[in-house]
Amino acid sequence: MSAQRYDVVIVGGGIMGASTAFHLRTVHGKSVALLERGFVGAGASGVNFGNVRRQGRFLPQIPLSHRSREIWGRLPELLGEDCEFLPTGGLRVAYSDADMAVLEKHVGEARDWDLHLDLLGLNAIRSRWPWLGPDVVGALMSPADGHANPRLVAPAFGRAARRAGAVIHEHCEVADIAREPTGFRVTTRTGLEVRGEVLLNSAGFWGGAIAASFGEPVPIVARGPQMAVTEPLPYFMEPVLGGVSSDIYLRQVKRGNVVYGGGLRGPVETDPPRGRPVPDLSIAQWGRVLRFVPVLAGAQVIRTWTGVEGYMDDDIPVMGESGTTPGLFHAFGFCGHGFQLGPGVGAVMAELMATGRTVTPIEPFHIRRFAHLKPARPA
Amino acid sequence: MVDPRIVIVGAGPAGTRAAETVVRHGLRPVVLDEAPQSGGQIYRRQPPGFSRDAKVLYGFEAGRAGRLHAAFDALAGKVEHHPGTLVWTVRDGAVHTAPADGGAVGRFPYDALVLATGACDRVIPFPGWTTAGVYTLGAAQVALKYQACAIGGRVVFLGTGPLLYLVAYQYAKAGAEVAAVLDTTGFAAKAMALPKLLAVLPALAKGLYYLGWLRSRGIAIHEGVVPVRVDGADAVEGVVFRSASGEERRIACDAVGFGYGLQSETQLADLAGCRFAYEPQSRQWLPEADADGRSDVAGVYLAGDGRRVRGADFAEMAGELAALAALGDRGIAVDQARMAALRRGLDRGLRWGQALQAVFPVPHHFLADLPSETVLCRCEGVTVGDARRAADDLDAREINRAKALSRIGMGRCQGRYCGLSAATILADTAGEKPETAMRIRGQAPVKPVPLRTEEAAS
Repeated sequence: MSAQRYDVVIVGGGIMGASTAFHLRTVHGKSVALLERGFVGAGASGVNFGNVRRQGRFLPQIPLSHRSREIWGRLPELLGEDCEFLPTGGLRVAYSDADMAVLEKHVGEARDWDLHLDLLGLNAIRSRWPWLGPDVVGALMSPADGHANPRLVAPAFGRAARRAGAVIHEHCEVADIAREPTGFRVTTRTGLEVRGEVLLNSAGFWGGAIAASFGEPVPIVARGPQMAVTEPLPYFMEPVLGGVSSDIYLRQVKRGNVVYGGGLRGPVETDPPRGRPVPDLSIAQWGRVLRFVPVLAGAQVIRTWTGVEGYMDDDIPVMGESGTTPGLFHAFGFCGHGFQLGPGVGAVMAELMATGRTVTPIEPFHIRRFAHLKPARPA
Repeated sequence: MVDPRIVIVGAGPAGTRAAETVVRHGLRPVVLDEAPQSGGQIYRRQPPGFSRDAKVLYGFEAGRAGRLHAAFDALAGKVEHHPGTLVWTVRDGAVHTAPADGGAVGRFPYDALVLATGACDRVIPFPGWTTAGVYTLGAAQVALKYQACAIGGRVVFLGTGPLLYLVAYQYAKAGAEVAAVLDTTGFAAKAMALPKLLAVLPALAKGLYYLGWLRSRGIAIHEGVVPVRVDGADAVEGVVFRSASGEERRIACDAVGFGYGLQSETQLADLAGCRFAYEPQSRQWLPEADADGRSDVAGVYLAGDGRRVRGADFAEMAGELAALAALGDRGIAVDQARMAALRRGLDRGLRWGQALQAVFPVPHHFLADLPSETVLCRCEGVTVGDARRAADDLDAREINRAKALSRIGMGRCQGRYCGLSAATILADTAGEKPETAMRIRGQAPVKPVPLRTEEAAS
């Protein structure tokens, strides 16, 4: 039996894979099959905080982040739904002079990267957000940043990709990827076989194992973000909040719930993936939440969760073509900051695989930066 | 050797007997209970300062209630009892608590954990069920039993199960006007279940007593009804139902108590990592355990209605048996003959529970006919139509997927009240069997916990 052949086979249906499938179909007209072990977007892409944030990033990532932000603004037109994206502005607060110095430095450097940031002092903060805690001494506003509902975004890209003709297989865990004279043959645990000229590894934490199987191991670990949400409260917290040393980030959704996370990332079960937050880490967040926004004292926490995120040892992702295997591409290991990038990563990876180049610079993320690591076993 | 640390969650019939059994073997268990006093739901005690007679509060069950309360009271000083304490999660061999009074959170490591978490009302939504003045049957009973309050001055009771006639009887006896009892099980269905009814003879006798009592006082009883809606914009003004003969009728009232029996409270067993299996009659996924109550997670034991709804008498047996198993597994000598007798008793309990379910079937089929604008998940305001669209348009046929995409079961009750109905709606919409929709995964905290600054007690 000959397996169905596609221009591109995508392994991993998170926001990276789903967005890439969408762009491959709608922009480049390539045939695409996407294989996902669970539901599209139910892993790290669905359980993260939902920050659509550009400020505070590794600066060479800003062009990619800008490209992604442009797509965020067009979700209704592209996907038929806004995925609860709200460009409310993002506020990064300082608790100390040392924190302020970090923000000031970022303002200076970010000018070269076309980030328009407003540094705000105590008076501005007190008059605009009187509910911020007394320890806040200043803040940096990124007015066009915001937040969105992570549970909705990757599934929406997946459905839109399917409507555009991509073939999406859910509950199809990949068992084997074999190199063939032209392209790749991918076999799943359900017995499905597909062939692709080109293969995209967008398997999140598990992307590390795929890369290693092609002779390019990377230093990646799985960690679980500790997330929680309160009962619905009257809407008051417009900007999405983070801090330099606050160790907590918060956002309020339009129906009133306050979502927060931060602090130590917990250990997490990866096989099978099971997201159970660590109670002591959840409890440790409460004081930090109340220092940041004291009016939340007594608000009821109704749910906590976590998921499996892949962290590289240098805290930046792996993106681009393989260093060992022609036709293989990577987009994984987004170190807990991939959600905002997701739509743009899809556009860039689709462009790179379809045309061989991309207008958005992604060299700093190339897997060759780990070439000094010895392969666990030869490819 | 250090004594094993035994933690019991719940101080109802199962938790009380488990604690008593552990104490009898010379150990001092920790008993964590949400309520301010022991007794659980069915034998809930009245607040301090109330002095109604046990016969008034518990009726036929006054003797049992009194014995259970006395058994727990006799453990004073021999158990570490934390009343008013929510267990909000279980992880890595410890339970985590949050006291109702807002004090510091706590952590209790265990060698053996007995979960005696009980049951809550089974709800099937219908138009208007979220109107102010609509209560579950259990809540209507708690209002009366605990606070000596009626839910209204003129009340309609609706649904099925042993509680329906009991609560109506208790209300009428307490002086409330019972406008009608609307029984969703038809007379014919009950007659067909007669052989099974005979298996539950004491329940049948009590049911017949309540029924006769209500009839003799001229209270209208309608069998085989289908609820249509609750009327009233700001508060209940009436109930509209379809009678067994198919005509629509309306009864004016200012409160409604409704429910379709009980469902197990399984969230802690889920967080503890227990394996679950599907039970088709109730359509509930239940944590698995052996005859003694051992779950598949080492050190975690399940007892009482939280494992499977069999009622208070069998919960007492299950609590004792689970405690004996926990003790025996830790090398403490236990009475094997007693364990064998308890197993036989619980086996009868299983048949009893199944018979009750057959006699008082949950009317799952009501869900298929609900208008799409009916509220399904009241915490998040998700309608029946939203759930059907999740299955149809978003391809969300599994309930956790539907939860992620439509918010069903995402609110403060964590899907306790809508989850089972939502699963049936998803499966019906997809044309699949109800178990294919699976069950809502438990997430900590099992009930809301307030944000506060106190550090965890070590």
